[in-house]
Amino acid sequence: MNKKTLFSFLAIALFTTFSFAQNRALPNKDVKTLDGSNFNITNLENNGNPIVISFWATWCKPCKKELNNIAEVYEDWQDETGVELVAISIDDTRSMMRVAPYVNASDWDYEVYLDANSELKRAMGVQTVPHTFLLNGKNEIVWQHKGYVDGDEDELLEQIQKIAK
Amino acid sequence: MKKIASLLMVFGVSFLGFSQEVNTGEIHGDFDLNLQSYQEDELIGATAADEVILNNAYLNLNYIKGNFATGLRYESYLNALADYDPEFKGNGIPYRYATYSIDGLEVTVGNYYEQLGSGLIFRSYEEKGLGIDNAMDGVRLKYRPLKGIYLKSFIGKSRTHFAYSDGIFRGADGEININELLSSVSKIKTILGGSFISRYQERSNLIFKIPQNVSAYAGRLNLMYDGWNYYGEYAYKINDPANVLSASKMNYASGNAFTQNITFSKRGFGVSAEIHRTDNMTFKSDRDKDGKAYLINYIPTLSKPHAYSLLALYPCATQADGEFGMQFDVFYKMKKGTLLGGKYGTKLALNYSRINGLNGGNSFLNDNSEHTPMLISIKNEELYFQDINLEINKKITKKIKANFVIANQTYNKDFLEGHVPGDYGVLNSTILITDVSYKIKKGHSLRIELQMLNSKQLEDYSAHGGAYENGLEEPAEGDWSMGLLEYTISPHWFFTVQDMYNYGNEISEKQLHYLNLTAGFIKGANRFEIGYGKKREGIFCVGGVCKLVPSSNGFNLSISSSF
Repeated sequence: MNKKTLFSFLAIALFTTFSFAQNRALPNKDVKTLDGSNFNITNLENNGNPIVISFWATWCKPCKKELNNIAEVYEDWQDETGVELVAISIDDTRSMMRVAPYVNASDWDYEVYLDANSELKRAMGVQTVPHTFLLNGKNEIVWQHKGYVDGDEDELLEQIQKIAK
Repeated sequence: MKKIASLLMVFGVSFLGFSQEVNTGEIHGDFDLNLQSYQEDELIGATAADEVILNNAYLNLNYIKGNFATGLRYESYLNALADYDPEFKGNGIPYRYATYSIDGLEVTVGNYYEQLGSGLIFRSYEEKGLGIDNAMDGVRLKYRPLKGIYLKSFIGKSRTHFAYSDGIFRGADGEININELLSSVSKIKTILGGSFISRYQERSNLIFKIPQNVSAYAGRLNLMYDGWNYYGEYAYKINDPANVLSASKMNYASGNAFTQNITFSKRGFGVSAEIHRTDNMTFKSDRDKDGKAYLINYIPTLSKPHAYSLLALYPCATQADGEFGMQFDVFYKMKKGTLLGGKYGTKLALNYSRINGLNGGNSFLNDNSEHTPMLISIKNEELYFQDINLEINKKITKKIKANFVIANQTYNKDFLEGHVPGDYGVLNSTILITDVSYKIKKGHSLRIELQMLNSKQLEDYSAHGGAYENGLEEPAEGDWSMGLLEYTISPHWFFTVQDMYNYGNEISEKQLHYLNLTAGFIKGANRFEIGYGKKREGIFCVGGVCKLVPSSNGFNLSISSSF
C-alpha cells in the first residue's frame, strides 16, 4: 500500500468519524497532583457544573496574566456559575518544583496539576500555552481558546454562562 | 517501520468501520505550520535561502475509543527552517503508536515519550521550537499492581531526526507512594522511586574494551509535610567511552549526578532552594555521535527561564559533563490595603542562581590521569553563570497593571559558547524592564515594554594581551535597548511592533536595529500570525537545552490549529 492510498483511507476514516462525532471527551491520561500523587484527568468532577482547564507554565507571561486576571473575579464566577478552574502546569523538571510556591504565593484557588513530560498536553492537542478548554457538566469539551490577551476572560465567562445550569 | 505504520492505520480504519453502530470513537489532533522567507541582510549577517522560503509543518492525529488510542504524526520539512538541523529533511510519518489500558495495565507499541524520575538518567520528549524529538520506538508497559505502586518498563530505540540511532534502550522504573499504599492520612507523605536504564550498542573498537551495555540507575525520595516539600534524586552511570581513539572521548570514568530541592509555601508566600551537581553525565543514544539530537537524559540548567527578551539574551546551558549549580526563589504577595501592597496587592519574585565548574574539572579516568572532583566546591571554581533578579508585579489602578524587573547577570561567554578563553571573557549585564498594560475599553488593551541591558566585559583576562584595550580579543555586543508596543482586541486580534537596538556596540556599523512587526488573529482553536522582521543571531533555550539561531531577515507565517 503506498502513501497516497493510506492517506485517502485516513481521510475517509476522519470524515466518517467527524460526521458521527459527539462532544469531545477527555483523554485517559494521568497527571500529578502537587503532592506527588497520580490523578487520572477523566476523574475531574464538579457536581455537574462547568470546568475550565487552563494549560500554563511558570515561565509563560500570558498564562500567568490569564490566571491572575481570572483569580480576581473567580469568586464571582463560582457564585454565579459553579465553575471550577483546573490549571495544568507543563513546567518540566527545570521549573516544576517552583509551581507550588508560585501558586500558593499567588493566592490562587485553582486545582493545580503537573504534566511534566507533556503527556496530557500532547493528548489534548495543545501546541503552545496558554490554551484554555471549557468542559460541560459531563466532562465534554465544548469550547477552547488559544493564547491570552487582556479581556479574553470576558468571552470565557460568556461561554461558561451559556452552559451553566 | 513503514509497514508497521500501514498496518496500524488499516487496523485503525477497520476499527472505525466496525464500531460505528456502538460508538464511533473520536479523532482529534492538531496542525502546525511555520513558514519563513529569508532575504539577505549583510548588516546583520543574514543570508538568503536558496529556496527563498522554508517551511516546517506537523499534523498530529489521535484516535481514541474508550481505553484504546492510536495515532500518528506527519512531519514535513520542505526544507527545514534555517534554525533547524538540516537533517530534518523531507516528509514522513516518524511517529505512530497504539495503546490500550485495562485493569491497571497500559500497553503501548510504536512511539512513546517517557521520563524516569526527574530525567537525570533518561528522558524522551519533544520540544518543537528547539527541533528536539527523541521519541522512543518500541514497547512500553505500565502497571499498577496495587494502589500506590507504579511500575513501568520499556524497550526501544531513540529517534534522531528521521532515523533511529544505534543504541537499544531497556528501562524500568518503580515508584511507591507510601500513603496511597497504606491508605494513610498521615500528614507526612512519602514517595520512593528507583529507575534503571541500559543501552546496548555494539562495540567496534578492537583495541580497548568498551562496554557494550552501558547502564545507569537512579534513586529518588519525595517527602512532604504541611507546606514543605523535599525532593532528592541521585544518579549513577557506568563508564561510556566512545569508539573513537581520542583522549577526550576515550573517557573511562563513570558519571554521577544529584539534585536536591526543598520548598516551603503557604498562602501569599513561597520559597524554593535547589542545588544540583553533575559530573560526566552526558548520556547519548549513540556513544560515537555528538549533538543534542543524541542526548537521552535531561539535566536542565538551574536558572530561571526568562520570557523577556533582554533577560534571555545571554542564557545559561547545562554542562552535563560537569557543573555545580544552586538556585533560590522567594515569592511573596503583599496584601491588599497594606502600605506596600496598595489597593490591589503587590507580588514579588526574587530569584538567585549560580552555576560553576567542578573542582579541577570533571572526572576523567584514563590510563594517564585520574581525578575525582570534590563533591561541593563553589568559591574558587570557574563561574559559568550567575543571575540575580527581582520582579515586581503590581496592579496600579483598575485599568493599569505593571511589571518591573531588575536583574544582574554574569555570563561566561567564552566557556558557554565554546570560545578560546580570553576571546570575549565574562559579561556582566544589568537589566531593567518595565512592562505596562493599559485597558483602553472593553476588549481593547495596550501594552508597552521597555527594556535595557547595560553590559560590560569583565577584565579577568587582561594577561591574555588581546587586541582590545581590556586585554580581550573581541568586543562583545555591548548595550542593548528594546521597546515593544502591543495592541490587542480581545478575543481575536493582536498587533505588535518591537525593536531591539544594539546601541552600545563598540563597532559603530554594528549598532543595529532589529525591528519586528507582527499581526495575528485567533478564533477558538485556530491561530494565524504573520510577521516581518529581523532576528538577531543568538542562543535560544528551552529548559536546559539551547540552540543557536542564525540571524535572519524576512516574512513569517504561522498557523496552528487544534481539533
